[in-house]
Amino acid sequence: MKGYSRKDEGCPRLLDLIPKEKERLTKSAEEKKTRHGSSEEKQLELRLGPPNGDWTIKNKNISREKDHESLLPFGYFSPWSSSSGTTPFLQAHGQLKESSQPNPAKTAVPNSSSSSSSAQKRTAPTPVVGWPPIRSFRKNLANGSSSKPISELQNAVGSKISSEKPIENSPKSLLVKINMDGVPIGRKVDLKEHDSYEKLSFAVDELFRGLLAAQSNFSAVGIKNDEDGGKAITGLLDGSGEYTLVYEDNEGDRLLIGDVPWHMFVSSVKRLRVLKSSELPTLSRGRKHGKLSLDTSPK
Amino acid sequence: MSEDEELPDLGGGSTRSSNSTAVSGGGGDHNYVSPSPDQVLENVLENVLCFLTSRRDRNAASLVCKSWYRAEALTRSELFIGNCYSVSPRRVTNRFRLVKAIAIKGKPRFSDFSLLPPDWGAHFGPWLSAMSRSYRALEKLYLKRMSVTDDDLSFAAQSFPILKELVMVCCEGFGTGGLAIVASGCREIRVLELMDSDVGDDEADWISCFPDNVTCLESFVFDCVEAPINFEALERLVARSPSLKKLRLNCYISIGQLYRLMIRAPQLTHLGTGSFSPLEIVAQGEQELNYFSAFAACKSLICLSGFREIIPDYLSAIYPVCGNLTSLNLSYANINAEQLKPVICLCHKLQTFWVLDSVSDEGLQAVSAACKDLRELRVFPVQALEDAEGPVSEVGLLAISEGCRKLQSILYFCQRMTNAAVVAMSKNCLDLVVFRLCIMGRHRPDHITGEPMDEGFGAIVKNCKKLTRLAVSGLLTDRAFSYIGQYGKLLRTLSVAFAGNTDLGLKYLLEGCPKLQKLEIRDSPFGDSALFAGLHHYYNMRFLWMSSCKVTRQGCEEIARQLPGLVVEVITRDREENETSEYVDTLYMYRSLDGPRADAPRLMVRPSLMICGKHCTSTECRFSIARSLDFTLSVWVPCISR
Repeated sequence: MKGYSRKDEGCPRLLDLIPKEKERLTKSAEEKKTRHGSSEEKQLELRLGPPNGDWTIKNKNISREKDHESLLPFGYFSPWSSSSGTTPFLQAHGQLKESSQPNPAKTAVPNSSSSSSSAQKRTAPTPVVGWPPIRSFRKNLANGSSSKPISELQNAVGSKISSEKPIENSPKSLLVKINMDGVPIGRKVDLKEHDSYEKLSFAVDELFRGLLAAQSNFSAVGIKNDEDGGKAITGLLDGSGEYTLVYEDNEGDRLLIGDVPWHMFVSSVKRLRVLKSSELPTLSRGRKHGKLSLDTSPK
Repeated sequence: MSEDEELPDLGGGSTRSSNSTAVSGGGGDHNYVSPSPDQVLENVLENVLCFLTSRRDRNAASLVCKSWYRAEALTRSELFIGNCYSVSPRRVTNRFRLVKAIAIKGKPRFSDFSLLPPDWGAHFGPWLSAMSRSYRALEKLYLKRMSVTDDDLSFAAQSFPILKELVMVCCEGFGTGGLAIVASGCREIRVLELMDSDVGDDEADWISCFPDNVTCLESFVFDCVEAPINFEALERLVARSPSLKKLRLNCYISIGQLYRLMIRAPQLTHLGTGSFSPLEIVAQGEQELNYFSAFAACKSLICLSGFREIIPDYLSAIYPVCGNLTSLNLSYANINAEQLKPVICLCHKLQTFWVLDSVSDEGLQAVSAACKDLRELRVFPVQALEDAEGPVSEVGLLAISEGCRKLQSILYFCQRMTNAAVVAMSKNCLDLVVFRLCIMGRHRPDHITGEPMDEGFGAIVKNCKKLTRLAVSGLLTDRAFSYIGQYGKLLRTLSVAFAGNTDLGLKYLLEGCPKLQKLEIRDSPFGDSALFAGLHHYYNMRFLWMSSCKVTRQGCEEIARQLPGLVVEVITRDREENETSEYVDTLYMYRSLDGPRADAPRLMVRPSLMICGKHCTSTECRFSIARSLDFTLSVWVPCISR
């Protein structure tokens, strides 16, 4: 540790504790370095303070409250050394780490292990979340061209990535994007909430009826305060209505809803579309393994 | 509306009508009565207050007495909500009835750097609901760091038929589908600006949704929209927008397409150039479009940006406008000093310059030599890493300080710095209002002397007497903070990261800086004792952010107990069985007239698990909100059971 002048430390009580700090630090240095777990914190942490972490001995208001937590001085927890998590927030940490190109084995910045009491790194600085403080769209400029980053950090929940993938894929939900002809705003529908095509059809009606009504308001002159919820969207499954429900499967083909058993449909569907029935081409059955291929041009 | 307002809500209590009917004769069963002096005064007041535009002046006026409070509330037409959770939408619409313009800010700034869970909040929806009932004549809407959905945009388009300006900065949650609704629904729109926002690609052809007739568009900014657009539709749109002055294109627009737009809109004053590279490489001998002449035709151009995927050879096309430019943003252009020099030496009127550190110290020296009128400089890193080889250093900073004496605002990312250069800037650039230095390696000292950076930042607060915003970095001891506390009397915004030694650091700040409004701290060893040092001041602040510091849950609870007007939000991430921490991960606290918010993220653990101190084994992020006083019961928001 570089010993720059510590005369500015101030409180003598804290200075007295420094030898204990060093002791603890050396001990923890000998511990095996692990990715997770308490030893990591001990290694990285250099604190000034009483071993039980109680900074507020003088403040009797605090000591009134019982401290339920452990008294072991594990210090604070840098975001990047977290346990693996599956939440979007924690995912974001992981992804940010990747995108900021973690520096391999270079030695630590000189003097970075000086005795400041914040987290210390003994070797190469592992990337920290949100540091340096650059917004994600300013990163990756090294090749002379900015990447077109798909910002996963803020969109990890309810993503709007325009790939033909379901948005969330957990055991509990299967969200797929669904767009309707003539309606700019897309929606997502959770296929796990339905177990039949009929139910899906009702859901689609619910999702888009209001939007469709709003659309027709805009195409008229001026905005009407239309309280009417709009007319129902029916006949999606059999071609009898103004709109027909189709889907895109994992091979990118557009197919009519309803030909295969529900569970097969759920396993292969990637995205749904509600197209104007009048714009569907004449259908011919029995081409690809009994599936229909629709060659509608995207609107 | 300022968050300073502490008067109770007076909705409906008045017996005196603001439009006194007693003045004119013959009203119902009233005989003519001379208006009382109070009523005359109130009428006069309202007419005078119309001229008062500054919100701080209006806040002061509203505090004089109830009569003035009422008059001011009835005449304020522009609202500013600095923290969307500091006050409920209902309270705002009850007080101010005649609002034409509103600005709402949501998430704290550190959310830009992934330090908040994505579901954290700042939803525009509740504000929209209230405004759609009360402010149907809204003309201007400005949102920053808010979460806005497509449905919100659709509802807004329906609710505000005469909306003229929509500006969204650092927002997210919507996509091009929502933009399509805005384009088709907001017929009076003059200003549509999307900046640094995360816009989803819904594959909607939103450009085609603008109405077919001549538009009143004056400003159209969509450079952050990462989705291809229908260029032909855009070209037609620009052609039928004779009032268009500001146009900022996204990176999907090639330089050839830019050319076509420029020749249709030579009246532009602000231009964002898109990718600034061709779709295909022009073959040898093939006629290249005359970009130079296109720029030459834009005689009013004063602000240039874009250059998202620049081919540096094309940069010479902008020479004709350089002499008029007051603002140039090359912060996406990875160019070196040699490529910069011929451009910058022509920009003698430049006041705002954003650039990448790829131009190196040598490029900054060229800036210093040419841009004597420079007011704002931002130098961004090409490589946002801690241990990269930085091309800019104290040499560039020193050069700028010597050449650009009128500098008011600087943001400078670098890998190495010296106290001497920072001190020099403090003495050369006395007009500095904003000084943000980011030495990217954590705890990095002066690379020549090995000293902490205390003296440099100390000189800045001491010599730059107009300073209101400061961001510090590098190796800093408590001494740096004692300087800031001692000299930073006008400081309003302060950002601290990986700095300080003990609680004294934070104490110096809280005790010394009376104007401090926004304090954001990360990874610094400040704990509860320091937190309590600010009890006298937190009601005057917009917010305090402390992440990865040494604040305990008990400390947060104590603050909440002592200051009932604060909302204290605490984020503690779950840990595995064998990990414990006595410190909270993030503390975000702010004053609020309406208590804790009801829309905390859905990732919520049953409160009993928190109170009894057991650690939840789930790996979801825990979120809790502490409230004052009645604290064991209401402190944790009633759970949304999972």
